[in-house]
Amino acid sequence: MRKLGALVAAATLMITGCGSSSGGSGSETLTVFAAASLTESFTALKTSFESAHPGTEVKFNFAGSSALVQQLSNGARADVFASADQTNMDKAVQAGVVDGAPSVFATNRLTIAVAPGNPKGITGFADLARGGLTVIVCAPQVPCGSAAEKVERGTGVTLRPASEEQDVKQVLNKVQTGDADAGLVYVTDAASAAGKVGQVDFPESAQAVNSYPIAVVKDAPQAGLAKQWVEFVLGEQGRAELQKAGFGAP
Amino acid sequence: MPWVLWVPATLALALVVLPVVGLLVRTDLRRVPELIVSDAALTALRLSLETAAVSTLACIALGVPLAVVLARSTVRGIRVLRAVVLLPLVLPPVVGGLALLYLLGRKGFLGYLLGVTAGVQVPFTTAAVIIAQTFVAMPFLVVSLEGALRSGGDRYEQIASTLGARPWTVFRRVTLPLLLPALGSGAVLSFARALGEFGATITFAGSYEGVTRTLPLEVYVQAEADVDSAVALALLLIVVAVVVIAVARPRALEGTAR
Repeated sequence: MRKLGALVAAATLMITGCGSSSGGSGSETLTVFAAASLTESFTALKTSFESAHPGTEVKFNFAGSSALVQQLSNGARADVFASADQTNMDKAVQAGVVDGAPSVFATNRLTIAVAPGNPKGITGFADLARGGLTVIVCAPQVPCGSAAEKVERGTGVTLRPASEEQDVKQVLNKVQTGDADAGLVYVTDAASAAGKVGQVDFPESAQAVNSYPIAVVKDAPQAGLAKQWVEFVLGEQGRAELQKAGFGAP
Repeated sequence: MPWVLWVPATLALALVVLPVVGLLVRTDLRRVPELIVSDAALTALRLSLETAAVSTLACIALGVPLAVVLARSTVRGIRVLRAVVLLPLVLPPVVGGLALLYLLGRKGFLGYLLGVTAGVQVPFTTAAVIIAQTFVAMPFLVVSLEGALRSGGDRYEQIASTLGARPWTVFRRVTLPLLLPALGSGAVLSFARALGEFGATITFAGSYEGVTRTLPLEVYVQAEADVDSAVALALLLIVVAVVVIAVARPRALEGTAR
């Protein structure tokens, strides 16, 4: 009987522990919705954030920025939203799903991903319009695609892509499998696949630099922690980790 | 029929109908016409109808012989083969697309051969869309035909051959006519499945306007930018599918009531 009592007490403790949101000792979960291109750097930051905030667990939902905005507008519970471009953050602000003004924490630019060793001898953006090359880009509706479009307009070079993919990782994949000769991806994606793809930087990518804004989600279950995560990403450690992944300073 | 069946039956119906109602409620129906007559939408619709028609023909050309072989052959291991044929039904379409890519992609063994000998590249072409659609749709045809063949039995065929008909004549004059009703419903099913194909297409064929971007892919692209137009396109797809099924309904019913 005493055993049973202890069990009940323990169970009650556990339940209340999980339920309390402000208790220092209970486990707390911070939910971060972040653009797919942040996968590597945010995952790396998670470890140091968790050790700096004992009892806290960071959970991610990585996807295309616009998909994330949609999930948030349809009532998905989250604490932080980090977008891969201003457009989608603006949409989130308009939909009233974020709290306060978003801050830009990183920038990203395009590069050309090619097969290792660059067998097709691609040296710049204009080469992508060459005949006989299978080139893959992102669809104009997603951030990496709108950046590609900006470069096309800026350079006057018109690409005839074999496919317009829905996110940048798909473009990278098709270069990795060898089904595409070249793909327009972010420098950070090319860096994450270093060894499996080659990278040809081109100066015109400066015409289409994406900024990455981050914001606390409205009515976040862990608003306090959410602010700390945002500050952490904007801070020195965040800066260093993002730089390591190839992101530019805001 | 026990009346209690109405309860789960109603639930089942609600599961199918209510989400569509959800779409309708969420849509600004006045804007639908302008959203679905965009160039991109019409191009995607035309591509969808054309590729689905061709892949249905491919399903028939390949699936009819396959169904007959599966239903009539007494070769050992035919049961295993039957399971293999049904694989596209259970494979996640994206995996199907990857499998096709590993076969026909530039580094896939058949794709490599095609590239080296004929200079042909299959992925990112309309042909790739048709292959992907045929891959996922063919089991529907084979299953309905094989079911019809098995439940019909082979006594007509046996009688025909005892009367001296050669195998090819039996197939042409007896088996095929017996199959016709089931072929109708099977073809409609395949067409509908091909029309809705998404995962294998986007993985294997990619997404480019006018070449590989079918209506389901256009819906996906639009969902990133403008949900309203994505929903309008989805409604268009639903209408086309319902029309196709409704038009072919008499034959399909015949197939089941035969």
